[in-house]
Amino acid sequence: MNPVLPRRTLLAGAAAAPLVGFGRRARAQANTLRIGVLNDQSGPYRDTGGTTSAICCRQAVEEFGSQGFNVEVVTADHQNKPDLGASIAREWYDRNDVDMILDVPTSSVALAVAAVAKEKNKVHLNTGAATADLTGKACAPCIVHWSYDTYMLAKSTGGATVKAGGTSWYFITADYAFGQQLQRDTTAFVQAAGGKVLGASPYPFPGTTDFSSFLLQAQSSGAKVLGLCNAGGDTVNSIKQAVEFGLTKNGTMSIAAMLMFITDVNALGLDIAQGLSLTESFYWDLNDGTRAFTNRVKSKTPNNWPNMIHAACYAGTKHFLKAVAGLGIADAKKSGKAIVDKMKSMQTDDDCFGKNTIREDGLLLCPAYLFQVKKPSESKGKWDYYTTKVTSPAAEAWKPLNESGCAFVKA
Amino acid sequence: MTGFLARQGFSRAQGIAFVLMVVLIAVAPFQLYPVFLMKVLCFALFACAFNLLIGYVGLLSFGHAAYFGFGSYVAAWTAKNWGLSAEVAILLGGLTGAGLGTAFGWLAIRRLGIYFSMITLALAQMAYFFALQAPFTGGEDGIQQVPRAPLFGTISMQSDLHTYWLVAGVFILFFLLIHRVVHSPFGQVLKAIRENEPRAISLGYRVDSYKLTAFILSCFVAGIAGGTKSLVFGIATLTDVNFQMSGEVVLMTLLGGLGTIFGPVMGALIVTGMEQYFAQLGAWVTVMQGVIFVACVLLFRRGIVGEIGAKLKIIL
Repeated sequence: MNPVLPRRTLLAGAAAAPLVGFGRRARAQANTLRIGVLNDQSGPYRDTGGTTSAICCRQAVEEFGSQGFNVEVVTADHQNKPDLGASIAREWYDRNDVDMILDVPTSSVALAVAAVAKEKNKVHLNTGAATADLTGKACAPCIVHWSYDTYMLAKSTGGATVKAGGTSWYFITADYAFGQQLQRDTTAFVQAAGGKVLGASPYPFPGTTDFSSFLLQAQSSGAKVLGLCNAGGDTVNSIKQAVEFGLTKNGTMSIAAMLMFITDVNALGLDIAQGLSLTESFYWDLNDGTRAFTNRVKSKTPNNWPNMIHAACYAGTKHFLKAVAGLGIADAKKSGKAIVDKMKSMQTDDDCFGKNTIREDGLLLCPAYLFQVKKPSESKGKWDYYTTKVTSPAAEAWKPLNESGCAFVKA
Repeated sequence: MTGFLARQGFSRAQGIAFVLMVVLIAVAPFQLYPVFLMKVLCFALFACAFNLLIGYVGLLSFGHAAYFGFGSYVAAWTAKNWGLSAEVAILLGGLTGAGLGTAFGWLAIRRLGIYFSMITLALAQMAYFFALQAPFTGGEDGIQQVPRAPLFGTISMQSDLHTYWLVAGVFILFFLLIHRVVHSPFGQVLKAIRENEPRAISLGYRVDSYKLTAFILSCFVAGIAGGTKSLVFGIATLTDVNFQMSGEVVLMTLLGGLGTIFGPVMGALIVTGMEQYFAQLGAWVTVMQGVIFVACVLLFRRGIVGEIGAKLKIIL
């Protein structure tokens, strides 16, 4: 490359400089691919996503190396505010030349960012949000949803638990759309597997911190499984109180948390979390691949080992980079849809999830695992928390395509 | 120009500041990101509406998010489902705010001080739970993918810059309205109520109806701000009705300067700017915000604009 800048370029640059202003407008470099990790870094989802997501994304970039283009990773904290998430996403796509936005937990923010991505024809690879609408009602040809959604959680935890002997259920449900939806979906799978739902206690959300009366109702119902259709701090509180009330003593009742991550189990501690069942699509100790991946990243995030969101950030970034390399950087920068089409046309292959495919509607089909949390006495070391109870193969774990309600697939 | 501004009740200093602000609004989109600026303007309008109550009537409403949020829900819903044009949707948002404000205000103005604040907070929380449960708001997903409805049904709002001029127009219009109200005889009575309510009563003013009118007006403008914001971003979500939003608008007003006409605008710029441009700091963002707020409260007791005004011995 000629290191001397042509004079005309310099002049044009000097003339344009005042126009650039202080808005930190990134120069559009044809040779640089930018990935923006947008998630909660200071609030309730700090550990389930947060900086570990960015670390896993950078790990993928590092392993990918240079294949004719540079890759930059930028991060931002959306503080779980949809308008903030949407405005950062817009600015990234419009001004900072970001080609893909990664992670984005919290369904409302995810849907807002997905709408921006659709409008700008840029890639949004969601690993953090639960809503199945991302590949359903709100689907778009430039969106990929990787790791989990409400349907898969309900099917795995609901259906598989019944098969493992948890035939009668009682729900404690956060009384808003997310909780209700989870309860509806899970009920359907429990009943389809031959189980019974004995009752449910919806509780006002947000603001409920005392779950004692609901727990007593659950206890007196005689159900074998207590299903928690809530998330975050509510799940943690209800589990703690259930243990204090002795619900799980002598194996009378087991708790199934509908949305929980290994990072939450770590926060609770095995003394409290033991016996819980939950679903994830990744666990560091599943096989040689997952162990190898975790060994590579754990020194970078020693207190927060990867959960399925983090693993998906790694695997998704890797697959995205492969697609861009296959397409050529120039074509890739032009169209998000082209990149995602390429991603869908190639089989995914990574240490975390193995070999899988991305379906037409943008959903990654990977196996789902029903885990049970180990007793403290069974745990041999740091983060040794899960035993695998049931594996749902990729073909069965997810919502069938004809039920997804994704408009562009039908067309 | 000067004659026009004087007739609107602008003092010389305020007139200069106003012209400066309009120039900045006109130049800013070519320097900064227009979507960010639109957000600032929406929040600035919201803070101005709030300031009308706290700054000029002395009523601390702790539930302004309800009017802002429902304004944005109604504007978003009507624009999406009825395909209304932008100005009608925004106006409906404002009317929703005013309607809600009439009901809530009628109850709340019967009490003073902290009790007034608590009643507004309680009513706003009711509105929040309604938004959480009602089917039309979409629960925690909110109303998504609201189209940017064309203005007057014809002028396309697809480009950010077009939308920006609309938002800037709405902002300046209602900013002038609030300024006009504050500097009218009606506004003088409001200030009298703020300074000494029993005296205003003894002078024969029906204080309650003045307060209620100001309250409704403030809620109307808050609804307008909410409606505008929902069309800019194409979403209306629970964040807008949450009590944290009520807190944020208090913060903006305090930071900029209570009872100054330009203070809330400055406050909105700072708070929104920090939120947007500190987002890259990750876990440090809330810490930095806290430090800056503490510093502002310690250094600028009257708010930033209030302090500048005091230095220059002018009222801004």
